[in-house]
This record gives sequence, structure tokens and C-alpha cells, in this order.
Amino acid sequence: MRRRSFLLSLAASLVSTTSLSRAALIHDRVPWAPHPNSAPEMERLGPWQFFTADEARAMEAIVDRIIPPDPETPGGKEAGCAVFIDRQLKGGYGANEGLYTLGPYIKGAKEQGPQSQLSHAELYRKGLAGLDTFCRSSHGGKPFAELSTDEQDAALKKVEAGEAKFDGVDGQGFFSALLKDVPEGFFSDPIHGGNRDMVGWKMIGFPGIRYDYRDWVKRHNERYPYPPVSIAGRADWTPKNRER
Amino acid sequence: MARKLPRKDVVIVGLGWTGSIMAYEIAGAGLDVVAIERGPWRNTATDFPPGYAADELRYRIRHELFLRPDQTTFTFRNKMSQTALPIRSWGAFMPPNGVGGGGVHWNAETWRFLPSDFVLRKHLTERYGANFLPEDMTIQDWGITYDELEPHYDRFEYLCGTSGQAGNVKGKIIEGGNPFEGPRSRPYPNPPQDQPFSPTLFAKAAHDLGYKPFPQPSGNMSRAYQNPLGVRLGPCTYCGFCEWFGCGNYSKASPQTTILPALIRKPNFSARDNSEVVRIDLDGTGKRATGVTFVDTDGNEWEQPADLVVLSAYTIFNVQLLLLSGIGKPYDAQANTGVIGRNFTHQTTSDVVSFFDPAKFVFNPFIASGAIGTCIDEFNGDNFDHGPHGFVGGGYMGQVQTNGRPIETTPVPPGTPLWGAQWKKAVKENYQSALKPGTGVHGSMYSYRDVYVDLDPTYKDRFGRPLARITMDFHDNEIKQNKFLTDKFAEIFQAMGARQVHKEYRKGPYDITKYQTTHLCGGAIMGTDPATSALNRYLQSWDVPNLFVLGASAFPQNAGYNPTGTVAALAYWAADAIHGKYLKNPGQLING
Repeated sequence: MRRRSFLLSLAASLVSTTSLSRAALIHDRVPWAPHPNSAPEMERLGPWQFFTADEARAMEAIVDRIIPPDPETPGGKEAGCAVFIDRQLKGGYGANEGLYTLGPYIKGAKEQGPQSQLSHAELYRKGLAGLDTFCRSSHGGKPFAELSTDEQDAALKKVEAGEAKFDGVDGQGFFSALLKDVPEGFFSDPIHGGNRDMVGWKMIGFPGIRYDYRDWVKRHNERYPYPPVSIAGRADWTPKNRER
Repeated sequence: MARKLPRKDVVIVGLGWTGSIMAYEIAGAGLDVVAIERGPWRNTATDFPPGYAADELRYRIRHELFLRPDQTTFTFRNKMSQTALPIRSWGAFMPPNGVGGGGVHWNAETWRFLPSDFVLRKHLTERYGANFLPEDMTIQDWGITYDELEPHYDRFEYLCGTSGQAGNVKGKIIEGGNPFEGPRSRPYPNPPQDQPFSPTLFAKAAHDLGYKPFPQPSGNMSRAYQNPLGVRLGPCTYCGFCEWFGCGNYSKASPQTTILPALIRKPNFSARDNSEVVRIDLDGTGKRATGVTFVDTDGNEWEQPADLVVLSAYTIFNVQLLLLSGIGKPYDAQANTGVIGRNFTHQTTSDVVSFFDPAKFVFNPFIASGAIGTCIDEFNGDNFDHGPHGFVGGGYMGQVQTNGRPIETTPVPPGTPLWGAQWKKAVKENYQSALKPGTGVHGSMYSYRDVYVDLDPTYKDRFGRPLARITMDFHDNEIKQNKFLTDKFAEIFQAMGARQVHKEYRKGPYDITKYQTTHLCGGAIMGTDPATSALNRYLQSWDVPNLFVLGASAFPQNAGYNPTGTVAALAYWAADAIHGKYLKNPGQLING
């Protein structure tokens, strides 16, 4: 149980006259507890939580092809995109938490939306296996991570175009998930494990969560000068020897 | 077996905008009121404080403030001949959940509908002849006029502290406002929000093209404001995390920032959260509601008896509860009989993405609020002659700068690869100099015989109740309308000096994965004839007179504006009818 639900039940027991579990009777005053209801959780560096070592190697190679490094801005790997996806797949996103998962599962028109029975975690597990099998069969037994960057790009283009058939999973669907999840890792708040040192935000000039631009709204066609801030603050707010 | 709670005078189902307004109004009449809300209580300080409210992944991408499809969802198909399939993750619209409802995470674009919108069939038939309308179009008049609703629009705008520039005060056209709006009794309570660079460029280009641009009416505060209930809001800080998010600054009008602090102090009001109403209970005659049955988070069933039931959930949940409770005759599209589920509509939106020279234009897209921007209304409703164009309806269009959140808003020119070095370079080059309006073309969707809601024969929710089934597609009228409007919109960006303008027309078939707006409308519509409407002009059920049904479910068709202003005005209108008419003589207010 996350702290949020604990607090909700605490609030419920404080203010209700009839016990309705987490459901509360609210009367006379706004329910309040002296902590955030749903404080964010911060992802930390450390061992892979979802990916195996081989999967992680492949993922780090993939995220660096989807967002390659350039002289000014790191690529997906250094930005932590693989770590971000690892933490997401270990959590609610990986388990399709909150989504409607009752059957029957029927393939419909594309306008009817995704009808896959696979969770996001299963999609990555099978997709990464499929990618390596495809690469091994066409590159003398080498998995994706051991190909040259040109070969990696060529392989991903085949997956994107639907020319690489994977076993038990839709390769194009896997690739679509990558195109959604990797940029999310590059651009979401660093507390989620990606966008390390706010490299994605610095690249485009997004100031993060500053939350107040009243002094700037009428300064037209002028570049906003201040560096980004994350939910967790900014590295230069913390003395170097205590970083992380 | 449901456990029975003590009787209340009034039970309200859903504590969003309409539930809060109704609760406040009828608690004021001294009645004992309880509101039952499916989701949790939500507070600014504890649920979306500025310290972490601006989390794009959590709120925009993972939808934290919204209903979860595993709680309940809908099935969807384009055509009656298809098998509807469940919406497993949200796409085209975002059902709200929790106290405050959609009022927590809306943009706060606060519009009034046009006077002609309320008498649509009459108006269009008189101007163009009955044959001008497509044969299967089922638009109808509301049974209420703009003039009747005006005082209630006014109350809502003063409750919210709406920031805007009046265009028509008591018939006098005011320079700088929307000259097409219906006459208002007084100006907006607050001046328009400050405009960032791009809306001012849009205003100039639109003006040069002969249009009359005006600032979008916004429920985000242009200055500190105390509303008539004594609740204070703070000035908007243009944080750029407005729509899809809760406001951490008490700057966006929501039930939390305008009504609930006053409502909760009333001794004759109480609310139950995390409790889902599963049916409206009827007596043996089927003509009288005896209360509602709800389920708490442990799965316990409770019965809440009440003399008056107010249904004020989200559009489609209103319709679903009526169907599940056996109230009113379900709509049958084949036979063209019945009313519940009929005239269901959504919206016809599109966008224009334009790319300017990065060496000359810096837009700072992150300096934004849910509703700052400049709009034109020349092509809304029947503000222009549709005769030569062969369609009806329209919409407002505007450069509304809602956000520069980088997961959502990193436009790249068409033809750019979707990944790799070229994509990365294009994202970097265009972030500050591309415009992708948060609200672009905001077009109407009119009603049709084969667009409706009924109960799904196969898929069930977690309680085993049938899901509501949506059958919806775009019709030629809306496709033509959108083409016309999008072309007009693009001309303005061309005139602003964009070097590339990309039109993203809305095309059929209707796609449940592509977000438009959360403005689902209809399904339990108001009207003058029980054969073609579920509610009378006071939003009272024709079939069960001690039931009132609030919300956009009452719209016979959707106009080219955001609906919240009209939804709230109708709630005040219904509250007045309960106050002034119903309580004196409880029964059917109209002889049907």
C-alpha cells in the first residue's frame, strides 16, 4: 500500500461516522492530513530492476540509436533512457496497471485502439528477444548490441517497416512503444530516472518546473535565460561531495 | 444486501462542477444534501502542490488524475455493423474522477454558446430551408433560450473570476471583444490574461485579414480575485502545467478553488468519496426515485434513500446510469424510437502546426496557461453564410498557448524521420520557433441517427454491469466543416510569417485513440417533447420527476465551443427551477 492510500484510510477513520473502508464521510470541514497525499517517488541509480543484463545491453544500444549522442547533447544511453524504461516496466506501467484487461480479446479496426493481451513488460521482454533473434539470424549470430551503429540503424528500420517478423509479438508494435517511451525518458522529470542532469530540457531550452513566468509573459521574442529546475531541484544547489 | 443509510432530502451523484453548484444552491434552501463521489477527495495543498504538480509523465502521460479504465470504461465502434471493443487505455477523451471532476484538470476555456445554438434546427431551417440539412442529422432545439440562460452564465463567470474582454454588453458591441457573442449583462469580472508573443502575432495577422480577434475567456486568474461566495483565488503564474493537471496556485477556477470551501461549511451538506453509485433506485411504479445504491472500496453495498436525486456525473456515466436503472426508454437506432442514448456527440477539432525561422522567432511555448491565447469567432455556429459551402456548424479557432511540455509539444516539420539524429536535430531547432496551438480549430459536432450510446452486450465492468457502448463516426458535414475551418486557420499562420504551415485535418473514421477534447455531449438530452428528449427544459426527467440530470449529457448537439460555461449555467438554471418551482410543488414541472 502506498502512502497515499494509507493516508486516505487514516483520513477516513478520522472523519467518518460509518466505516466505509477508504470511502469517507466528509462533513463540516475539508479533510486534511499534514503530508502530501501522493508525494512522488524518486528513481535512483543502481542495478537493473526489470531488464536482464543482456536485455539492458540491447536497450542501452537501442536508446542510443533512437536518440543518438551529438557533440552538444548526450544520447539516450547517457541521458538514462534505458534506466527510465527499466523503472517504468518494473512499476505500474509495465504491469498495465489501471488499464481495462477483461476479455474477450478480439482484433478490431485500428480506430478501436490497442487490444493486445500483452502487458508492456511482456511486450518488451518478447520484443527484445525477437530483435536479438532477428539480428543473430542475419548477422552471423551477433545480437543487436554487438552490431555496428550502422547495422543497428538498418535493423531498427526493418523492424519499423514491419520487414522483421518476430515470434509471438508484433515487432512494429514493439517499435511504436520504443518511439513513445524513449523520448519520454529523455524529456520527463529526472526523478523518473531519465533526462539525467536535465540534458533533454537543456537541449531545447525548457526551464522545467519553475512554475512562475509572470515577469516574463510580456517579454516577447526574448529567449528565457534561466537554467531548468527539476522536481528534485538542480545539481548545483547541492555541494559536489554530497551529490546523489 | 445493501445496508440502508438514514434518509436525506437530496442525493447528488458526482461532485464535479455541476454537483458542487447544485449542492451549494439547494443546501442554501435548507435541504439536507449528500453528494456521493466515485473518486477520492482532492485538495490543492495535498494533491497537487507546486513542488511536484508539474510532472508531465505522471499527470499528462500516465493520467494520474483521471478515471482508470479498470474501474470502468466504454466499448467503441464506428458503425452499427461492427462489434464494439473495449477502450483499454484512454485516447479520444479523458473521463474525470474524484472530487472536482473535470473541473480539476480542465483548461478553463470559459465560453458561452451563441443565441442561435439553442434554437439550432429552427434557426438553420429558417435561414437555409429544411432540405439544407443532411437527412440523418437529428439536431434539435434545446427548449431554452440564450436570454433565459444569460443570468446563469453570468453567475458562473463571477463564481470563477473569468478573465476576458466582453464583446457585447447589453447589445453594445465593445472593441477588442468577441462581436459575435450573445449580449451579456455586464463585463467579465477580470481583465484578460497577459498574452505571450505568439497570440499577439496571431491577433495582428487575423486583424490584417479582416477578422476581429479577441483574447480567449479564461478561468485562469489575470489577478487575485474574491468571488461572491467569499473564496479567493490567486493570480495565474503562466506555469504551463494547466490542462491535465491540478493547479498548485489556486489560480484556476475549479470546484476546489471556488465553491467547496464554502460548501463544506454548510452543516446540512456532507460528501462521501471513493463511493460509486451503481444504480438509481425506483419504487414499484417506476415513476419515482427512492434514492441510490452505491458501493464503497471494500465492495460493500449501501442504500442512500432520498426524496430528490440529482445525477451529475460525466456525460456518458449519466447515460449509463439511466440505462442501468431502467429510467426512460432506451434509444433504438434501427427503429428510431426511445430517448436514452440518443443524440450523442463529441467534437470536430483539428490543428495547424507552423514552423518559423528560428533565427527570428522565440516563442517560449512553456509560458502558458490552459486558456491564454487569441481567437476568432467568424467561422463559428452560423456566424457566416453556410449557403455556398454545403455544410452547417463551425467553430472558434485560435492560437492558444497551453504548453511547451516537451514530451507532448516538440513539433518537427513533416517528413522528419520519427527517430535518430535528424529527429533530434529537428526537435532542437524547432522547439522555440514552432507553433502547435493547444486549442486550434474547435469545431462543432452535430447529432445523427446512427451516433448513440447503449449498453454493450458482451463487455462488463468490475461489478459485472454492462459497459456503455459508443457507436460514433464522423459524417460528411463535419469533415467538410473541418476542411473549411482548417484552411481558414492556416491562412492566418501564413500571414504571421511562418515558413512552413502543416494542416492536420480531422478525417474519418472517428478514431478512439486520437485525443480531441473531453467534451462528450448528449445521450440524455433536454427538449420540449418526451418522444425526442429525456429531460424537460429544467433538466428534469420526463419519466421520473424527482430526478434531475445535469451536465453536457443534456446537449441535443455540440456547439463549436468548450462546454463548461454552458454546463454550469444549466446547473444554475436547474437549481433555480428546483428552488423556485419544484420544492413548492414536487412533481413534473412541464405538462409533457
